[in-house]
Amino acid sequence: MKSMTRRKLTEFLFLFPTLFAFVMVIIIPFILGIYYSFTDWQGTGAVSKMVGLDNYKAIFQEPGFLHSFLVTLLFTVLNIITVNVVAFIISLLVTSEIRGRNLYRAGFFIPNLIGGIVLGLVWQFIFSNILPSIGQSLGIAGLSKSLISNKDTVMITMVIVNTWQYAGYIMLIYVASIQGISKSVLEAAEVDGAKYWTRITRIQIPLMANAFTISLFLTLTNSFKMYDVNVALTNGGPVTMFMMKPVQASELLALNIYQTAFKYNNMAQGQAKAVIFFIVLTIFSIIQVSWNKSKEVEA
Amino acid sequence: MSEHVERMAGSKPHKGRQLALEIVTFLLFVLFMMPFIIVVFNSMRTNQDIINQPVGLPTNLGQFWTNIKDIWNNPTFNFLTALRDSVIITVLSLAIISIFSSMAAWVLVRNKTRWSNFLFMAYVAAMVIPFQVVMFPLLTWFKAVGDFIHIPMLRSYQGMIFAYLGFGEAMSIFIFHGFIKGVPLELEEAADIDGCSRAGTFFRIVLPLLQPVFVTVLVLNGLWIWNDYLLPLLVLGSSGDIRTIPLAVQGFNGAYVKQWHLIMSSTLLAMLPIIILYLFAQKYIVQGMVDGSIK
Repeated sequence: MKSMTRRKLTEFLFLFPTLFAFVMVIIIPFILGIYYSFTDWQGTGAVSKMVGLDNYKAIFQEPGFLHSFLVTLLFTVLNIITVNVVAFIISLLVTSEIRGRNLYRAGFFIPNLIGGIVLGLVWQFIFSNILPSIGQSLGIAGLSKSLISNKDTVMITMVIVNTWQYAGYIMLIYVASIQGISKSVLEAAEVDGAKYWTRITRIQIPLMANAFTISLFLTLTNSFKMYDVNVALTNGGPVTMFMMKPVQASELLALNIYQTAFKYNNMAQGQAKAVIFFIVLTIFSIIQVSWNKSKEVEA
Repeated sequence: MSEHVERMAGSKPHKGRQLALEIVTFLLFVLFMMPFIIVVFNSMRTNQDIINQPVGLPTNLGQFWTNIKDIWNNPTFNFLTALRDSVIITVLSLAIISIFSSMAAWVLVRNKTRWSNFLFMAYVAAMVIPFQVVMFPLLTWFKAVGDFIHIPMLRSYQGMIFAYLGFGEAMSIFIFHGFIKGVPLELEEAADIDGCSRAGTFFRIVLPLLQPVFVTVLVLNGLWIWNDYLLPLLVLGSSGDIRTIPLAVQGFNGAYVKQWHLIMSSTLLAMLPIIILYLFAQKYIVQGMVDGSIK
């Protein structure tokens, strides 16, 4: 009996550190956050009154937030496509018979090692100095001014930088998946006369369904939550008009939430935006994963 | 046999295609590496030179050491302190995340009760909670807790590391859980019969078996914590005494706007530690990233 109590005590002590941190860092702030979004919270512990849905009503009438929402959706969709297409092409290249493929695999992953702040700064230099200089000397009108300070092209710069950063990571997942495909299946198809393209579309891609699920999920959440590259590359700018009000052309949701709280000192509305952000991200993730899972079964 | 088939059906007629693929891959790779080349080249130039002619090769290699010396001694950037703080926070966070998460995962796997099931599901569910929804209340809450226990939780190592445990543990427990399920029970039962205590069984028998998952957990959490910006910005502040490398880079960029030779040198220094680590631990880092995402 005594050893049984000791055993229970040990197990409790093993669970305790993570459970304690989980409650203190996630659960309590999460519950407080939901609660604060219905109050006039100012960022300190004290809450003077409940305001019901006022914060939510206010944010859905705010052009800046709605614009951020649309821009984030646009960014997420574009990014999912470009990251996965680029990553898939690279993964085919580095699993072919070319020389130095292992070196390339390691090399394409390097941008993913570096943080978004550092990368954002480097690309800010490229877009605002290097490319305009090239554009001017070659007489390319579209490049002769900074793509970042133009409201119509600024989101393209975000997509380029994120694709460059993230494609190498997604490539690794595709490479692992391609290597998992049995060689004999591909050889049999080749002997049967299936062309290179047919082998990719008819055999490789269906057999990689699981890798696509993972990659799409990772790209979706990564794009939707994008913050650090946004801060360092564009910091939300430049200004554009939306619903007849000036808004920040490239301010993604995560940055908009942060600015609401700290630049405009509206903690309660910032928190309400964060709750909406959480709900939308959760719904997207569930839809995407179940949609992909159903494809996997068919394949 | 299979090699024979491959040679017959594959390689030979495709020599031309292989060369084309090699050229395409090489060009794509150069394009991918271009930002790094730009950083290195522009760390070797003066600001005047960069502004007059943004696209250009370095003409005076001595300028590289001048720039590096300037950025190294720059009190705003303060690279050595930032490096120290990043190392302290990353290493200690990794240590407690991996040890505590493996302990918890082991109990959750071996103890099949309704409670352990519920707790595991709670950790899995918590993985979808984005940082944004807890970050503002976390600050208020950490401030209150710090005032109550008289140990500051904001602008302190302990607060930062504790926060990383909270945000990193769910995924880590999930990864350990998946691996431990496949570890045979017989070894532990034998240790039990030999009179080994429960804790002894874990640390002497189970922990050594977990080595491959430790790599995954350390790599996934390590890259995240090392490069993280938003959580340190909130917990440590942009002008606090403790500053990680991303905070230092962003702070420097704000203070030395358009001083491109110094900004490029600062990004070069900021990239170096992780790239050097990658040169030595490339195999483990790639393996860890792949295993972590597939599980």
